[in-house]
Amino acid sequence: MRNDSDIAVISTAYLPSVRRNELTETEMLITVVDEALDKVGLKRSDIGFSCQGSCDYISGGTFSFVPNLDAMGAWPPIHESHVEMDGAWALYEAWVRMRHGDVEIAVAMGSGKSSTGDPAEIHPLELDPYYLAPLGVDPVSLAALQARQLIDTGKSSERELAEIAARSRRAAADNPRQQVRSAESDVDKLLAEPYVRSPLRRSDLPPISDGASCVVMATARRARDLVERPAWIAGLDHRSEVHNPALRDLTDSPSTRLAAEKAGGVAGVEVAELMAPFTAQEVVLRQALGLGDDVLVNPSGGALTGNPLMSTGLVRIAEAAEQIIAGGRNRTLGHATSGPLLQQNLVCVLEGDI
Amino acid sequence: MAHEPVAVVGIGQTKHKKRRDDLSIAGLVREAAQRALDDARLTWTDIDAVVIGKAPDIFEGVMKPELYLADALGGAGKPVFRVHTAGSVGGSTAIVASHLVSSRVHTRVLAVAWEKQSEGNAQFGLGGGKSGSIGAGGAFAPWIRAYIRKSGAPEHIGWQIAVKDRQNALRNPYAHLHLKDISVEKVRESPMMWDPLHFLESCPSSDGAGAIVLTDKAGGLAAAADGRPPAWVLGTSMRSEPSSFNGRDPIRPQAGVDCAWDVYRQAGITDPRREIDVAELYVPFSWYEPMWLEGHDLAPVGEGWKMVDRGETAFDGSFPVNPSGGVLSSNPIGASGMLRFLEAALQVRGAAGEHQVDGARVALAQAYGAAAQYFAMWAVGSEPPSG
Repeated sequence: MRNDSDIAVISTAYLPSVRRNELTETEMLITVVDEALDKVGLKRSDIGFSCQGSCDYISGGTFSFVPNLDAMGAWPPIHESHVEMDGAWALYEAWVRMRHGDVEIAVAMGSGKSSTGDPAEIHPLELDPYYLAPLGVDPVSLAALQARQLIDTGKSSERELAEIAARSRRAAADNPRQQVRSAESDVDKLLAEPYVRSPLRRSDLPPISDGASCVVMATARRARDLVERPAWIAGLDHRSEVHNPALRDLTDSPSTRLAAEKAGGVAGVEVAELMAPFTAQEVVLRQALGLGDDVLVNPSGGALTGNPLMSTGLVRIAEAAEQIIAGGRNRTLGHATSGPLLQQNLVCVLEGDI
Repeated sequence: MAHEPVAVVGIGQTKHKKRRDDLSIAGLVREAAQRALDDARLTWTDIDAVVIGKAPDIFEGVMKPELYLADALGGAGKPVFRVHTAGSVGGSTAIVASHLVSSRVHTRVLAVAWEKQSEGNAQFGLGGGKSGSIGAGGAFAPWIRAYIRKSGAPEHIGWQIAVKDRQNALRNPYAHLHLKDISVEKVRESPMMWDPLHFLESCPSSDGAGAIVLTDKAGGLAAAADGRPPAWVLGTSMRSEPSSFNGRDPIRPQAGVDCAWDVYRQAGITDPRREIDVAELYVPFSWYEPMWLEGHDLAPVGEGWKMVDRGETAFDGSFPVNPSGGVLSSNPIGASGMLRFLEAALQVRGAAGEHQVDGARVALAQAYGAAAQYFAMWAVGSEPPSG
């Protein structure tokens, strides 16, 4: 039985992840909001609260979220908010807001266009501005340090990383919204490829992507009327760790483990959509969560085959929710991460009506 | 489901200055947060979650600085959340933090908002990182001229507010500007920046941070029993509208009207001018005081400047506005909204020291952002909300 105040994901939409989308960020968001609302027969005027997640540095301006107000249509004035975080955290703010009971339908959005800049130049700026940012360490180099530590401690191997890449690419081949769909997926051939940053090869890295996503939520009072099989949010939590990667055990993710615990645990989870833009991070997350071999990981193809920053995490939740809404599963997990080498992690556990 | 009542039990801020080059960004936020914790008689481990707000990252050149600030704010093992809603962000940071408590997700939440303007170039940032920025004053001046033309307000109103807020700031040790010899003549004779705004009618560029600790009802009652009365949150609201469209009223934006009445309704206020004792309004340029008095129905349309002219918004007036000295005296941009929100809380706690308004029991705080299109407001009171 559900209480009236229980909250469910009832509809999702996201654009195909592509190297370059000609639409502006606002136009991308309009497209996904239209699609997500149409699927459940809602209008923008039905929405009680909306929250966007985006990042000025990725958009290349200040206040870059302001024009995105047009995605929801802000006249008459609307009740909304914005986080400088992945859309998964926008969903978190909307979920908190809905728990007050006076908002029955809310929308979370995530959007990012990495195509217009050079991620290797931009992303070092999210590091400690005095001690780390001046080093100019790009995300791929950082990820290589993590993978190296994982391999050196015997927790993974280059072959296992290649197997993750191969599996993700095969999954993406069936998902028209993923960007890396026809790439090589033979493990031995991947292992024969050169390093980009040892021990990482091209197949261990995500593509550079543009994209946007939208998730619609409703309280139990409305959810069942709008969709046959709502994806109930059984638990939602996020946790941070200290910032400096040198002060962390890069082979573990205690913040993911804690967030999952607070979100109700992974027992019974059938499908996990993990935001692991680098192969080694999937290993870290699986081990931290204690996911068994029976859990299907990233059937969408995952962040490794489509990585529209600021939207990637919300897409994981959307995919986990669709596994219930359309896929008939009973318990799934969506995960999002932010910051260098899995510094912050969010876990959303979803359930269907049995 | 009834909301959990929310109490502000700890308040802290930095000394705001043009340059806090004695501190890193982490040191700045830590100074405000530690003071808020000390005020709440709590320690870092007592805090369940941290909410961080600031204006655009490009102001200091640090992308997603909440990542690096997690360490300084005791964020390891906790949820660390980052809000950004343009200039209203300091207010929405407080509101999002209060919602974590009122929704019963957490019990004790720390909210911190900051800006360290000396480590970057906000004027450049305001222009979207392009050259030739007209700055905030250049953007708002045409609307201020429209307000003056529409209301028939005399030009000395702006000078009078500039003096009033700077005199209030002399009572506030944390304020950036302490202009002891400020006068209407000095404001009038100061260089014209964006007609009709003179240099002394404009906010400064500041380094600074503000922090609050929020708890549930039990935490608020415990603080009160310990002789440290909290400020109780009576209502919160956020509203947004587009930057421009034909038919928009940028002088009295509808989002501001709606936001105010949403708060009044929650707080059970039907006559805001009478039932609110003191207001902290976001006034970065002098003329925004009468504009927001009218924009939030604290004065009838066209009458806001008359309230100012009659001295009603002065420190000893019948409706004091910005006893802290306001944004005109301290402007760490991302924190400026938080400073309004925490000053309102200080007032109803009776803890505002020399800038305490006598008998303040209900206080309103407001922040706005971008093209006067993002609003965040709360009302706080000395008594827990009824019901």
